Amino acid sequence: MSRPGQASRTLVALSGVTALVAVTPLAYLLIRVLDAGPEKIASSLLRSRTLTTTVTSIELVLVVVAACLIIGVPVAWLLARARLPLKGLWIVLAALPLAMPSYVAAYAWIAEFPAMSGFWAAALILALVSMPYVIIPTTAALRSIDPAMEEVARSLGRKPWSAFWFAAMPQAWPAAAAGSLLVGLYVLSDFGAVALFRVDAFTRVIYTSYRASFDRTSAAVLAVVLVLLAAILIYAERRVRGRTARWRTGSGSARRATEIDLTSRQRVMAVLALTGLAILGLGVPAFSLLRRLSEGTRRPLDLVELATATASSFGVSLLGSLLAVGLALSVGVLAARYRTRSSRALEAVSYSGHALPGVVVGLSLVSLTLVVLPAMYQTVAALALAYAVLFLPKSIGATRTSVAMVPPVLEQTARTLGRGPLRAWLETTFRLSLPGIAAGGLLVLLTAMKELPATLMLRPTGLDTLATELWSRTEIAAYGAAAPYALTLIAVAAIPAWLLTRASDRASRSADGGTEAPARSPLSTVGT
Amino acid sequence: MSRFRITATLAVAALALAACSGGQSATSESAGASTGPAESLTVYSGRSEELIAPLFAKFTEETGIELAARYGDSAELAAQLVEEGDASPAAVFFSQDAGALGAVDAAGLLAPLPAGAADAVPPAYRAPNGHWTGVTGRGRVIAYDGEQLTAAEVPTSVFDLTDPAWKDQVGIAPTNASFQSFVTAMRLTAGDTATKAWLEGLVANGVKKYEKNGLILDAVDAGQIKLGLVNHYYWYEKAAEVGAENMRAQVAFTAPADPGTLVNVAGVGILSGAADNPAAQQFVSWLLSPSAQQWFVENTYEYALVPGVAQAEGLPALDSLRGPDVPLAELADLPGTLMMLQDVGLL
Repeated sequence: MSRPGQASRTLVALSGVTALVAVTPLAYLLIRVLDAGPEKIASSLLRSRTLTTTVTSIELVLVVVAACLIIGVPVAWLLARARLPLKGLWIVLAALPLAMPSYVAAYAWIAEFPAMSGFWAAALILALVSMPYVIIPTTAALRSIDPAMEEVARSLGRKPWSAFWFAAMPQAWPAAAAGSLLVGLYVLSDFGAVALFRVDAFTRVIYTSYRASFDRTSAAVLAVVLVLLAAILIYAERRVRGRTARWRTGSGSARRATEIDLTSRQRVMAVLALTGLAILGLGVPAFSLLRRLSEGTRRPLDLVELATATASSFGVSLLGSLLAVGLALSVGVLAARYRTRSSRALEAVSYSGHALPGVVVGLSLVSLTLVVLPAMYQTVAALALAYAVLFLPKSIGATRTSVAMVPPVLEQTARTLGRGPLRAWLETTFRLSLPGIAAGGLLVLLTAMKELPATLMLRPTGLDTLATELWSRTEIAAYGAAAPYALTLIAVAAIPAWLLTRASDRASRSADGGTEAPARSPLSTVGT
Repeated sequence: MSRFRITATLAVAALALAACSGGQSATSESAGASTGPAESLTVYSGRSEELIAPLFAKFTEETGIELAARYGDSAELAAQLVEEGDASPAAVFFSQDAGALGAVDAAGLLAPLPAGAADAVPPAYRAPNGHWTGVTGRGRVIAYDGEQLTAAEVPTSVFDLTDPAWKDQVGIAPTNASFQSFVTAMRLTAGDTATKAWLEGLVANGVKKYEKNGLILDAVDAGQIKLGLVNHYYWYEKAAEVGAENMRAQVAFTAPADPGTLVNVAGVGILSGAADNPAAQQFVSWLLSPSAQQWFVENTYEYALVPGVAQAEGLPALDSLRGPDVPLAELADLPGTLMMLQDVGLL
């Protein structure tokens, strides 16, 4: 089929199909914008609204990132370096808010404090739910830094804090910086919180202008600007992550950093701070939801409706994840086995979804299906396609790492034993990497079940998912009626995420030395 | 080996199943249940699900026709219908206001209603060309906080709302079709320049934006704002629920001919692609039947438009409401109103 070191034509062709599917929403959006002609583009771009929206979005990103760094880095230090009671509990509590979709958190706060609205409310909620993006990698980095450098600094007369700041912290900054860029991307793409708090950031303005305008050009133009900003953040994140180098002073094996004893007063302060964060991020939403649930509502909870919505969410998301896994397979294999310039390009293009907020994919696919593929308009298929494009990166990542862990020699041996190329691949590489690929599919499934804006725009008439039911109830301030949907969503997000984290923990413990994939799992598992 | 085969078979089966179920639900969405295309109906509803879903269920119960509803703001659905054109899966557009119906009709997408179907509706509340008809009537009112204001202190014209006395005290729902129709009426009576200046004045005066009329009324009732522009029936609905004597919010009508008391309709039209769809025609006639009209009176406190149906208790007579002298069919420039609302930053 192919010479060693060269990918088969089929594999490249299949990867090409994946890349094509992944890039279609963005390409169609661009076509649609260009089609409107320079005059319309210019008038959409030059409206004062474009400028104020851009400023609002950038301000929101900066404020949330700053909050995450200012609070998240010291918290990471506590979790990594201080000796604290119930350490494991604090680590879990710090990571948990990630499992809560922003619109669920925002809804829970609004239900408790109905007057909450505007920029600072959105900034607060976004900071709380995206803080783990900074805390988790920074904690991991601080823990893994070899204390030797700090000891050298101490031996040269630095005080403990100064030694930490100048010898250890520089090694943890790249992790914190990469994390904060992910926070920025999250804030830029988030629809739920800014919409509920009525902040005119990009996603909300695009959605409003899509809904309340007979000409969708300006929505499309704004969407392109938003994608550009997201792409800049992704590029920056790649650059920063690439710089993560560890300094070592010797060639021996690295030690883990030792934990520091705090004075009892400091310990109390630390525990109070961690408790406060957990109350804001988890306690308030949980309290609000449970209170709403116990208070009951005007109309009693319709269990059939809840079950139907759960089934719909699951069904569409399952389709989306199967599609994503199918599309990711070729690109994942190509990326794991053949590192050529063209394979890198195909992989990069297939990652488009990473830079595309849900509202942008929704906007593009509504027009695309209507104009080019009318048979798909307002169908489950179009929605599943949106999920596949949006979450393809997760599936490709999982496929790539699990295929890379299978030694190619197995497949070659199977060939020498007389198996055809496809069969050899199926019986060795595919079979061994299947658990990892399936975990990636599960991840896509869970993330898709929480997706809101694209679902709102693309869902078939009469199809209600957990997210849209919660949304429509929140819109009419029926907070009590929304609570069961919010709790179901949290359960959907949290329980399997926890199982996945546990599974990958076990994997990393059993695979001696640890591999790249499980080490990154907490973030890639739960993140939206 | 055998385990691999099982896995592979399962995977293929799952994919095939997924493909089938995708296709199936796709067709069932567009073509309806197995009872045949004539017995199914897709309605784009600008009226909210919470309010209207029980009525749709009643329709299905009485006629056996399956009804699939797509809910949204009336303007959003009108824009969507125009974007969809002839490819629209919708058979009927049930709008919250006359303006959105007019806009869809102006795009040439509404078919004539069946002859005689809407004859019972007074001509003022249906399109002269017979392409849409009102189903229920409603009046715009000013909701005010009865604890902070007396009836005499409430402005008699909406043009007074830009006065600094009302800074941060006025609530509106700019995405709501009734509000948009009211702005269109103001454009027709006062002109675009004055209307835009008024909207800008509202924004400068710290007007509060809400998603829905009901939320405005709640805010007034809670004393968070002093005034709100809403439709009359929100007050009567809430009063029926909590008791009129427990209402902190009260309603006032503006002076005669002021756009603040526009009388509007919620209405329906049949899309041209469904001109011959008997289910669509039956739906329109059914909405104008005494029993459906009665349902609106009892459940939404709107005005029935068909003579012979008693109005809800406590409502002033429909023809006693004195709004601006604008025929409903002339409120069709919804796109222009939306553009203006976007320009001043309200949308």
